[in-house]
Amino acid sequence: MQAKKRYLILLSAGLCLLLLYFGGVQVPATSRSRHDRSRSGYRSDQPWPHFSDPLQPFNPWDQTDTVEYNLHISPRQKRDVNSSVYKGKKCRMESCFDLSLCQRNGFKVYVYPQQKGEKISESYLNILSTIESSRLYTSDPGQACLFVLGLDTLDRDQLSPQYVHNLKTKVQSLPLWNNGRNHLIFNLYSGTWPDYTEDLGFDIGQAMLAKASISTENFRPNFDVSIPLFSKDHPRTGGDRGFLKYNIIPPFRKYMLVFKGKRYLTGIGSDTRNALYHVHNAEDVVLLTTCKHGKDWQKHKDARCDRDNTEYDKYDYKEMLHNSTFCLVPRGRRLGSFRFLEALQAACVPVMLSNGWELPFSEVIDWNTAAVIGDERLLLQIPSTVRSIHQDKILSLRQQTQLLWEAYFSSVEKIVLTTLEIIQDRVLQHMSRSSPMWNSHPGGLFALPQYSSHLGDFPFYYAGLGVRPQPKFTAVIHAVTPLVSQSQPILKLLVAVAKSQYCAQIIVLWNCDKPLPSKHRWPATSVPVVVIEGENKVMSSRFQPYETIQTDAVLSLDEDTVLSTTEVDFAFTVWQSFPERIVGYPARSHFWDSNKERWGYTSKWTNDYSMVLTGAAIYHRYYHYLYTHFLPSSLKNMVDQLANCEDILMNFLVSAVSRLPPIKVTQKKQYKETMMGQSSRASRWADPDHFAQRQTCMNKFASWFGGMPLVHSQMRLDPVLFKDQVSILRKKYREIERL
Amino acid sequence: MCAAVKYGSRGPALIPRMKTKHRVYYITLFSVVLLGLIATGMFQFWPHSIESSADWTLERRSVHDAPLARLAPTSPLPERGDLSCRMHTCFDVYRCGYNPKNRIKVYIYPLQRFVDEEGVAISSTGLSREYNELLSAVSDSDFYTDDVTRACLFLPSIDVLNQNSLRIRETAQALASLPRWDRGMNHLLFNMLPGGPPDYNTALDVPRDRALLAGGGFSTWTYRQGYDVSIPVYSPLSAEVDLPERQPGPRRFFILSSQTALHREYRVELERLKEENGETILLLDKCSNLSQGHTHTHAHTHAHSPRKRCAKGQVYDYPQILQESSFCVVLRGARLGQAVLSDVLQAGCVPVIMADSYILPFSEVLDWKRASVVIPEEKLPEMYTILKNIPHRQVEEMQRQARWFWEAYFSSMKAIGLTTLQIINDRIYPYAARTYEQWNNPPAVKWSSVSNPLFLPLIPPRSPGFTAVILTYDRIESLFRVITEISKVPSLAKLLIVWNNQNKSPPEESLWPKVAVPLKVVRTKENKLSNRFFPFDEIETEAVLAIDDDIIMLTSDELQFGYEVWREFPDRLVGYPGRLHLWDHELGKWKYESEWTNEVSMVLTGAAFYHKYFNYLYTYKMPGDIKNWVDAHMNCEDIAMNFLVANITGKAPIKVTPRKKFKCPECTAIDGLSLDQTHMVERSECINKFASVFGTMPLKVVEHRADPVLYKDDFPEKLKSFPNIGSL
Repeated sequence: MQAKKRYLILLSAGLCLLLLYFGGVQVPATSRSRHDRSRSGYRSDQPWPHFSDPLQPFNPWDQTDTVEYNLHISPRQKRDVNSSVYKGKKCRMESCFDLSLCQRNGFKVYVYPQQKGEKISESYLNILSTIESSRLYTSDPGQACLFVLGLDTLDRDQLSPQYVHNLKTKVQSLPLWNNGRNHLIFNLYSGTWPDYTEDLGFDIGQAMLAKASISTENFRPNFDVSIPLFSKDHPRTGGDRGFLKYNIIPPFRKYMLVFKGKRYLTGIGSDTRNALYHVHNAEDVVLLTTCKHGKDWQKHKDARCDRDNTEYDKYDYKEMLHNSTFCLVPRGRRLGSFRFLEALQAACVPVMLSNGWELPFSEVIDWNTAAVIGDERLLLQIPSTVRSIHQDKILSLRQQTQLLWEAYFSSVEKIVLTTLEIIQDRVLQHMSRSSPMWNSHPGGLFALPQYSSHLGDFPFYYAGLGVRPQPKFTAVIHAVTPLVSQSQPILKLLVAVAKSQYCAQIIVLWNCDKPLPSKHRWPATSVPVVVIEGENKVMSSRFQPYETIQTDAVLSLDEDTVLSTTEVDFAFTVWQSFPERIVGYPARSHFWDSNKERWGYTSKWTNDYSMVLTGAAIYHRYYHYLYTHFLPSSLKNMVDQLANCEDILMNFLVSAVSRLPPIKVTQKKQYKETMMGQSSRASRWADPDHFAQRQTCMNKFASWFGGMPLVHSQMRLDPVLFKDQVSILRKKYREIERL
Repeated sequence: MCAAVKYGSRGPALIPRMKTKHRVYYITLFSVVLLGLIATGMFQFWPHSIESSADWTLERRSVHDAPLARLAPTSPLPERGDLSCRMHTCFDVYRCGYNPKNRIKVYIYPLQRFVDEEGVAISSTGLSREYNELLSAVSDSDFYTDDVTRACLFLPSIDVLNQNSLRIRETAQALASLPRWDRGMNHLLFNMLPGGPPDYNTALDVPRDRALLAGGGFSTWTYRQGYDVSIPVYSPLSAEVDLPERQPGPRRFFILSSQTALHREYRVELERLKEENGETILLLDKCSNLSQGHTHTHAHTHAHSPRKRCAKGQVYDYPQILQESSFCVVLRGARLGQAVLSDVLQAGCVPVIMADSYILPFSEVLDWKRASVVIPEEKLPEMYTILKNIPHRQVEEMQRQARWFWEAYFSSMKAIGLTTLQIINDRIYPYAARTYEQWNNPPAVKWSSVSNPLFLPLIPPRSPGFTAVILTYDRIESLFRVITEISKVPSLAKLLIVWNNQNKSPPEESLWPKVAVPLKVVRTKENKLSNRFFPFDEIETEAVLAIDDDIIMLTSDELQFGYEVWREFPDRLVGYPGRLHLWDHELGKWKYESEWTNEVSMVLTGAAFYHKYFNYLYTYKMPGDIKNWVDAHMNCEDIAMNFLVANITGKAPIKVTPRKKFKCPECTAIDGLSLDQTHMVERSECINKFASVFGTMPLKVVEHRADPVLYKDDFPEKLKSFPNIGSL
């Protein structure tokens, strides 16, 4: 019995061992059967192994051949080879663009004269006139760096009535054509039914394309520019603002995702739209298509058409556009569609379903911040994708649509200027805008890199960077009367301003016909006083970006302005909080005169204001640069000839950039009266023409800006304890209250 | 095993009614077999734990253990790369699928030793140390999957980093022999040194069909934008030399050129620049006299020490010398991509890149304008002038940025590999892509910069009006007076009463004052201060007026004016009583101040307008335990709100209208209570507590308040929009 028991125990122990053994080897065996490629215990369903043996290092320098070739291949030759080899579809700035043309005169654009008898579409006329009125324009082809054709190339669809025939020969016969080198060709439509190729129907040589609906395959990166498709009704300047009026929270609208448009049934680009009904749910995802288009749609009609058509008529496109969080933008026959800009303006975040479309201005715009880039192949995932987007992201996407719309798309002018500025940025590579300048307020057209490529030098980016402007200002006093007595207001003003703790230096801009007074006539001050003779002694010279202005802030003053040190100090501390605006004392307002159908100007005391006079105002020195280099000479000349309105123009400019009203700070009571009592001013302000001129100016400026940029404000900023019933000794800015 | 046997032998005890001993043994046997089976099953279920324990005992692996794969001469060749490939044409996106984490899965092929028929390896180096590092990093990352069927991207373990060491045809055959090759679809190859003599193609010459290429040295003609990824040429010095980060600022040299094998054309131009502009330019070359062992013929070809550079007989340590210069020249060689770029960035020296048509590393996501100066080769003679025109502040930022780019994206093969995968990931899930700021802002900038969620300059229309939210507990009489007062404000759209008393029901509907706008009462579940900031669905306007149930002294003009001011500043708190934080030098901490001060940094939310978005932020995004702290102490919710708004917008609040005496018998919330010493101490504590949670003091101090344009002006009152302001 004992023995039997022992045997059995032994036996069972042996069995147990055997089983364990089999169990142990079974694992690799099974895995081997799964991955039969890995032999000898080398398995893939396991992280990358840690190898113990010394591996050969990677050595990027030690190659004898490279060193030799570095020395032997002449870089100049290599460049020449490149530019002779890479032509046509391989064109790049390096090979097809002559940078030397831009070196002499900077980036100037020449427009060919329009030939008689050539029909030119309204859109193309708008493009040409925009270029002609921009600061980049030159009428001398010898100075030009970029050439734009006078022949309409916008519509290259042979079936279109706008199609220009014989373009090939017409272009070839242009004297400056030079095989298209340094030429820019605008195009909205190319190719035609049924294959819609992207060919323009003539040899563009080495010319660049600014083209709508361009595909990534045909897009020559850093050479072509993708522009949005815009309609012939697209306004030339100004343009409507975005439709977003306020940011509701939570940011969801009535519909989640909408689309309303044609369905092609067959042919190129029809697949996606034909499949849309799969994700339509008639509740918050409303995707409607109609088969009705063209004459013979009935021929291709499919089973869904009738149902789709009736559903289609139930909804209003505009209503859907305004009430949807996301808008589907599927490709049509061509890659781009009007819908893209419509959705952008309506703050309906575009959901792109257009594989291979090089998005408009993709070289500079980060579209991930304003649109959802979908994939046509993943149409069925689109609803869950948009639903997964967090509401913070929606809030930001939506605001960005508005920012981009207003910065680059709202008018033909903006589209064209953006195109030109992108090319200019390539030409002056080391003086170009960085991505934040393009993608944040106020956008690339208002941020001129020739001023500085450093974000911290602009007034708009302080808040985002988390920095403050320098705590100093430069006062610029505009002097027009000769210095005769020591009691002249300009001298008092100089002393008062110099006492400000924030004053770095004072510039006296001598715009008086009399010669400069001798140095000792100026009072002694603790800050340096620099006297500059105004160029041509014109009004605009007060807004010149003088190199001597080293501080971020400029305090602009008329010679007869009466200000105390306290007032200056207070205004400056306020400006530090609002560096992108004008902060000043006397304010003015505009209004719409509906009887005369024009803008009116008022200097009456009103409950609101939209301008502050630059006879006493603080603003960022960048606005000097913008005033001088951004505004067209037509407006500046007008100001100079009238010797008036310079302050209105400055207010227009700053509000157009910041989209915000100026800020009025409190002033001593008698300021207005004193100001009006002064000799030089008195003549200017008492003149009845003066007022009429200002009215005219307003309307002239508004038409150049393409709208009224001024914004009203109802508030004034006072010191915290202003007129409070507390001991005056407690107040920091007590001088302001004293009469 | 022993336990199993023991357990088995205890079997009989569990079955006492068994009669014969044999049965006992059978049962013992049976249970042993059963247990054995269970054990086997367990091994099946946990194969990894067994395997890893085996790994511990085993020696580490060797590459020589990798299986040998012999390529037949007739083995198929992939087609050459297709230049028109884009993500939507050559990439199978269905493999990546929809996944809630928005992360692609990457599979790595197991290592094989590919040889041709004669047994000669396809590569002279085999797996390099660097490619091995890259693959280990990927396999340790959360991109990795071991399941080939779930993979979206495939990484061959064939090392093609350096084309020089490859046999092109055989490497291509090896690629084509991969089991999931499928015309190279979704396969990613890493190559840093492309091309070979004499032409030096700018992309890998190995035919690879549709495979994606992460290449160092692409030119604009070989780079398929949006498909390939441009990567840096890794510099092994990164791992060898530890260069501590240097503070940005002026350096000993202005421009430095450290490359050794430069073409004569370049060197002549550089020499001329040096002649014209003097000692601030340092031109280094190799130290030929150092390598004494070499004969003359080999001197210029053979390895000079990569760690030494010479100029006019003086020897400099490389790469340390790079730290002594503000700008460092990076010129093209036979190849466009140069490892020196990595060294230069590591040294925090701003690279001046002159390599026409070169696609800069990771240019799809990195903004090189912030870290480098790119100059066309032709403009080399103008380099000095161009660089001199860059403002100092910008140079310093570029130095910082250069160093940060190196740390984040250049410093190791891991950084390079994972960045590449992240870029591809961002293309596949663009709606979840990393933002420009995430890619480009160094930590210091991320910390100091502000991204205001309400960034669009927008003055909302007056018409939607505002919703007044009144938090109340049981002061019915005072509450009703507040309601009556507020209802006179023209822009009031709705009244929302947050009834915070769980023990008592709100008064019957008929008892409430009759008002022209909708009045809604919400009852809360707990008596918490935070309830007043809850983003109730009932708030349909973006403007919210938070008001205490005892603030009866604000006039209708004042409230309406407050709303008008808020419209001009919709991203700020716009409130009536203002407060200040001060640094107490004696105690070395923050102090709360409610006296008549000339400055304001907070407005009390006992009466303040703000955007509804901040309600949402307060409720769901308040950092740390601040929200609980506020509820536990029943205090400081207003300070917390001020911190939150100032922190996210970087802006100060706006105090409107002159200071009032908020005197009323029951008033405790604002001035009455504020006078209380213990209350003041507690509020000071709040400020210190919040500042430590936020890690900074976000509050901004200003010296202004907003008044109507004609406030206190000598002007007929009846012509003023807001005449009744500041009455006591």
